Amino acid sequence: MRVELSVNGDPYRREIEPDATLLSLLRETLGLTGTKWGCETGDCGACTVLVDGEPVVSCLQLARQVDGTDVTTVEGLEVEGELGDLQAAFVRNGAAQCGFCTPGMLMSAEALLRRNEAPAEAEIREALSGNLCRCTGYSKIVDAVLEAAESRQAPVDASA
Amino acid sequence: MSGLLVGAILRSPHPHARIVSIDISEAEALPGVHAVIHAGNVEQRPYGYNHDNVPLKGEKVRFIGDEVAAVAAVDEETARRALELITVQYEPLPTVFDPFESLDPSSPQIHDELENVEGNVAMRWDWDHGDVAAAEAEAAAIVEGMYSAPQAAPVPIETHIVIASFDPAEHLTVWSPIHMVFMYRKELADCLGLDWEHITVIQPPVGGSFGGKIDIDPHDFITVMLARKTRRPVKLVMSREEEFIGTRTRQPIHFKLRTGADADGNLLFRDAEIVSDNGAYNGWGSHAMLVAMQTITSMYRVPASRVRCAVVYTNKNYGGSVRGFGNPQATFAVEQQMEEIADALGLDPMDVRLRNANQPGDVTPQGMQITSCGLEECLEIVREQSGWDKRRGTMRERHRGLGAAAFVHVGGGARIYRSDGCGAMVKVDDSAQVTLITGASELGQGSETVLAMIVAEEIGVPLDAVHVINSNTDVKPWDVGVHASRTTFVAGNAAKLAATKVREQLLETAVEVLGAPVDELRIVDGVVEVSGDEEKRMPLGKLMRRRLLREQGSIVMATAFYDPPTQMQKDYYGNVSAAYGFGAHVAEVEVDPGTGMVRLLNLWTAHDVGRAINPMSAEGQIEGGAAMGIGLALSEELVIFDGQIAAPNLHDYGLPTAVDVPRIVVNLVETIDPRGPFGAKGLGEAGIIPPAAAIANAVADATGIRPRAYPMRPWKVKEWLDAGERSHVARQGAADA
Repeated sequence: MRVELSVNGDPYRREIEPDATLLSLLRETLGLTGTKWGCETGDCGACTVLVDGEPVVSCLQLARQVDGTDVTTVEGLEVEGELGDLQAAFVRNGAAQCGFCTPGMLMSAEALLRRNEAPAEAEIREALSGNLCRCTGYSKIVDAVLEAAESRQAPVDASA
Repeated sequence: MSGLLVGAILRSPHPHARIVSIDISEAEALPGVHAVIHAGNVEQRPYGYNHDNVPLKGEKVRFIGDEVAAVAAVDEETARRALELITVQYEPLPTVFDPFESLDPSSPQIHDELENVEGNVAMRWDWDHGDVAAAEAEAAAIVEGMYSAPQAAPVPIETHIVIASFDPAEHLTVWSPIHMVFMYRKELADCLGLDWEHITVIQPPVGGSFGGKIDIDPHDFITVMLARKTRRPVKLVMSREEEFIGTRTRQPIHFKLRTGADADGNLLFRDAEIVSDNGAYNGWGSHAMLVAMQTITSMYRVPASRVRCAVVYTNKNYGGSVRGFGNPQATFAVEQQMEEIADALGLDPMDVRLRNANQPGDVTPQGMQITSCGLEECLEIVREQSGWDKRRGTMRERHRGLGAAAFVHVGGGARIYRSDGCGAMVKVDDSAQVTLITGASELGQGSETVLAMIVAEEIGVPLDAVHVINSNTDVKPWDVGVHASRTTFVAGNAAKLAATKVREQLLETAVEVLGAPVDELRIVDGVVEVSGDEEKRMPLGKLMRRRLLREQGSIVMATAFYDPPTQMQKDYYGNVSAAYGFGAHVAEVEVDPGTGMVRLLNLWTAHDVGRAINPMSAEGQIEGGAAMGIGLALSEELVIFDGQIAAPNLHDYGLPTAVDVPRIVVNLVETIDPRGPFGAKGLGEAGIIPPAAAIANAVADATGIRPRAYPMRPWKVKEWLDAGERSHVARQGAADA
């Protein structure tokens, strides 16, 4: 069957198997391997992407269900070849160690910041609680999200 | 990769059974299937400690998950269908799951094929030092108890994935996350009858290991066997369920421990009887007893110690070398008894710890030579920050408590092979790009950055001028591998030695080109400077071109091999590591008396890291390690019924989430170790060691109940609260009273 969708702003039209997941469409069909496969049961969150701005675990979403939607993956966070603000905050804060959970963390955090521009630490922890990280102990990830939230709220420098 | 096939493994559904027959004809006939292998149609030899394992089992299976057959097919769906078409007839055998039952001579023998194994005892680790009986007679207080640690799992978020490919000249390339790459190559060769000079191991970026990717596992061999049989590249991806069932776990260990001290709180002896439930095969987990023993004999000054340890086989998934390697388990027992004995003597547990603290210059009963040691300072820091003196023992009405735990762990390599070395190569090219080619692997622990920082600092170039190459056995120099918190210390020293030689080569050229004596030259931020002569400064790139681009030019390149000045232990005696890491944690908990729920409110940590080369990364290692320790303490367990892991999935396993881990306070204590690179010691495992013990002590302070096992899940704590389990004090008061 055919699916048409937008991924990171680019239009795609692909033939897929009826039981193909969004994760396999992204990784195998479109070659966007930034989205990670960690469990296939929706527990680890490494495959989190945004569908029309909402975070979903792409391993549990059938590709056919996203027909006609706008999908954002971690590859869509960069701005003109530079890391996006959230990604840069992750780097500055040491929020990634092995990096395998990072794409999913980033997408859950991005979804949070889009609906709540000034989240409290507890709200950040709640929003990230579906994304498992085995390396960091989470504090540096939380710090990165707090920092990105702050910088998004900071008044724009008129001289820039 | 062109022609890539997908591999899949058929695993035993029985915990213990004889394989009567296997029929692969239907699977082989399925279109798209390129190979079906089992013990009867492949070449393989026993591997592992005491050669008690083999990749594909031919005679019998010993746990649910044991590998019996495997297929390679065009895609995953075909491979899975082919597995369903394999018919195996099993004759179930009597089973044994409990390690104490396993010790009983009447229990079914799991490795009846091994003539050198008596009953189910795979190994014994026995140790005697000093006169325990005399120490016991002198003791003013003796505490005793049994402390149990469960089966847990390393749970990297990326599962094990292996790709194997033979080229037309029979050269094998394996892409694998295993981080003992040179040993891996040798084990593949030995088991499968391959020439190891014709094996290349490439390590792609690794999505976490925590020790789970140290051991070579049957699936590694099987992937290579499938590639050999099909003459095609084969990829094998472990599903999350297989990751729990078919890769190595942290083995359950049971400690029956006694500690004695005099009336002033001076430790007199420790006496441990240990049963390590290592599962169906030895794996690396069998050797975790080396580390557990060190904590019993050498955590604090202990004049007399005795260890009797049996590593036993049971019909369960077997133990590997998970982060901390026996130390979280041993520390859970040892550090609870530090507080129990202090309480029995009416002393403050921090005072008792400080009174017995290891000191620089000490040689422990096992011959561990302590160089730098910040244990006292670490204890003082967490004592102060947690408000220990005012708060411990005062919050029971509010169901709150404080508990402490310290640790000792190798921090300067661990000589468990004839060499504990690592090689390094450093070169500088005509652009002044510096390349470090190191034997050490990166698993997400940050070694690439730390090693690059060491090289940049030593030569005098900016950090971003240093590139690190570390992932291909054809290119990189030999290394034991990543384990035992050794990379910063061992690979760091090797990189530093090579970088020193490179700096000397650069300065030789500078002397010639700039006409200044060497003692007036220094390299700062990638520029050679001449003291007192601003005009003569020259960027390294220009210097390099002056050296290279001429007749009789030469490159700048140096190699080094660093093997720490340590000893292989003999009868468990010898200085196994060139430095030792120390630290202390204090946990604050609140226990809900109605449900038994333990909430961790605070964790203060102080770690003697020698020197924090990359403080952010050091903090990250400790925070992440502590989070794993919190998971062990409160939620993580592979619950097993009749040999079956009840819920091999992330939903039920109990990995801590962002809401379960509080903000952890990390203090980095710098003792500047005399042998460490710029004074650094290893710290990769440190964070995971004390939390379970500290949290248990905090639960005891909050409730008066003494936790005997972890994880301290609500229903278990509630049971203890209802039963009123207390510390067991065998003797209290003056010895002669």
